[in-house]
Amino acid sequence: MSATATAERTFGTEQRFRYAVADGWVLTKRNLVTYVRKPDLLVFSTIQPVMFVLLFVYVFGGAVRLSLPRGLPYVDFLMPGIFVQTAIFAATQTGVGLAEDLKKGLVDRFRSLPMARSAVLSGRTLADSAAIAFQVVLMLIVAVLVGFRLHAGVSKGIVALTGALAVGYAFTWMFAFAGLSLKSVEAVQAASFTLIFPFVFASSAFVPSSTFPQWLQSWSHVNPVSIWVDTFRDLTLGPLNPAGENLMTHLWQSTAWFLAILVIFVPLSVRLYRRT
Amino acid sequence: MADQMIRTEGLRKSFGKVQALKGVNLAVEPASVFGLLGPNGAGKTTVVRILTTLLAPDEGHAEVAGCDVVRDAEPLRHVIGLAGQSAAVDENLTGLENIEMVGRLYHLPAGEAKRRAVEILDRFELTEAAHRTAKSYSGGMRRRLDLCASLVGRPTVLFLDEPTTGLDPRSRTEMWDIIRELQSEGTTILLTTQYLDEADRLADRIAVIDVGRVIAEGSPDELKTRVGGEVLAIRVADRKRVGEAAGAVLGLGPGGGAVDNNTGEITVPVGDQGPAILTEAVRRLDASGIALADIGLRRPTLDDVFMALTGHAADEAEQPPKENGKRGRRGRRG
Repeated sequence: MSATATAERTFGTEQRFRYAVADGWVLTKRNLVTYVRKPDLLVFSTIQPVMFVLLFVYVFGGAVRLSLPRGLPYVDFLMPGIFVQTAIFAATQTGVGLAEDLKKGLVDRFRSLPMARSAVLSGRTLADSAAIAFQVVLMLIVAVLVGFRLHAGVSKGIVALTGALAVGYAFTWMFAFAGLSLKSVEAVQAASFTLIFPFVFASSAFVPSSTFPQWLQSWSHVNPVSIWVDTFRDLTLGPLNPAGENLMTHLWQSTAWFLAILVIFVPLSVRLYRRT
Repeated sequence: MADQMIRTEGLRKSFGKVQALKGVNLAVEPASVFGLLGPNGAGKTTVVRILTTLLAPDEGHAEVAGCDVVRDAEPLRHVIGLAGQSAAVDENLTGLENIEMVGRLYHLPAGEAKRRAVEILDRFELTEAAHRTAKSYSGGMRRRLDLCASLVGRPTVLFLDEPTTGLDPRSRTEMWDIIRELQSEGTTILLTTQYLDEADRLADRIAVIDVGRVIAEGSPDELKTRVGGEVLAIRVADRKRVGEAAGAVLGLGPGGGAVDNNTGEITVPVGDQGPAILTEAVRRLDASGIALADIGLRRPTLDDVFMALTGHAADEAEQPPKENGKRGRRGRRG
């Protein structure tokens, strides 16, 4: 019995791949349904960046503007940073969602089923990326309402938004790792903020880093968030980018950081998932 | 070997310094209900997690339906179902969506997954609630939905991890009926429980597990025979005098006795001298002026067995019995 059962149930690579896609899709849909049924989650995580936009534009904007090149409205400088911030904050949901599923025993159920091992993680990160896309687009609408304009054309603007989404996707894997290792919703939430803070705030996202003390400038300079934001400013501000337009260099550095995060955190998360 | 549906040999598992399993051997016959009975922390859930491929044993090996739980984990997942405290449902999905999703994850075509979901929900009387999110379900309904999910793949072997813990008495009886029905259809069922009456009522064979070891195994009757013959059970009218009454009668039998602090019941194993000891007990209690609410001889329950095997009651784990302290609920036959 053992031998035949094994032979019948062991699949070829192609079949495995097909199941990985199909199962990942089943769980993506499941997670998206949760977003729709618990709209408060999406509503509140969208209100927060909106408040950030209003805070920065209307409260800090006047002061920050003095250190910007003449003729560059602060909102145009700010928004690429807000897009990245929104994407990264929204990605924390991946860690929270996984911790919840672990606690409720859903992960055990999935692991006892003959489904693709990868599906829980791929379904989670994909659904959360859809939520990130939704929030980034919403932020764009808010931005336009408070006067945001693209200076380098629509197509480059679209590339910038897609880039922000890609950043969010990479971070879903970082938070997947956090969620699987911490296993508690509260711990993940607390850790996420601590993890995010030095990246998002000690960067050129909200103010030009030229006003930072030297040591902070050195960090901001290598901080991937600064690099991404500078890249997206190349794409939305063109030559107005105070960091100096340097699209090609910025693009490959951005891509390298994006890939580096995936290369590190995808295998780490997958390994952790298999062992949990 | 081939005629055992579940077989484990020397299963060991440690979590850090804690040895959860210290060499567990089990053998479960096809189409039987096997009860894994033990207090919290005895290692029951660890056994279930190993047998359902969620956890790899440190040592020893286990086979379920002819599949090694480590080497053949993938094919094994097709023939098992898991429900109870270590599996769950998504409370943001409706009952139907939950079961359909599980069907899809068994790689059933969409139509078939839906058809089967409707059928299973109907069987467990969840049709009316099928389009409500599981969040709105009562504890009993949630447990039934969880069980539905575990049956989607038509498992040969079903694992129920504490299927009735936390359920009200009515839901508990319903769950018992369902378990018996599944068995009659030929499903092999391994259930864990901390309720002795539950194991007694449902299981064909029982393994008593305590701190990571199987300390006794057999049919409920065999286990009861281990206590040796009958048990004298006494309930005194005035709960304050339980201690005094116990002092008077505990020495009467060949082997000690016990006081259930929860119910105030005093039990004394009497071997085959039931009537003589009963008479003596009545005489002594009468002489001390202790009024009785109830006294009689009965077949030992698994409570008595557990006490005899481990020296402590099933819900007391390692602690010494307290005299009059209040303790948690205890499963007793009604």
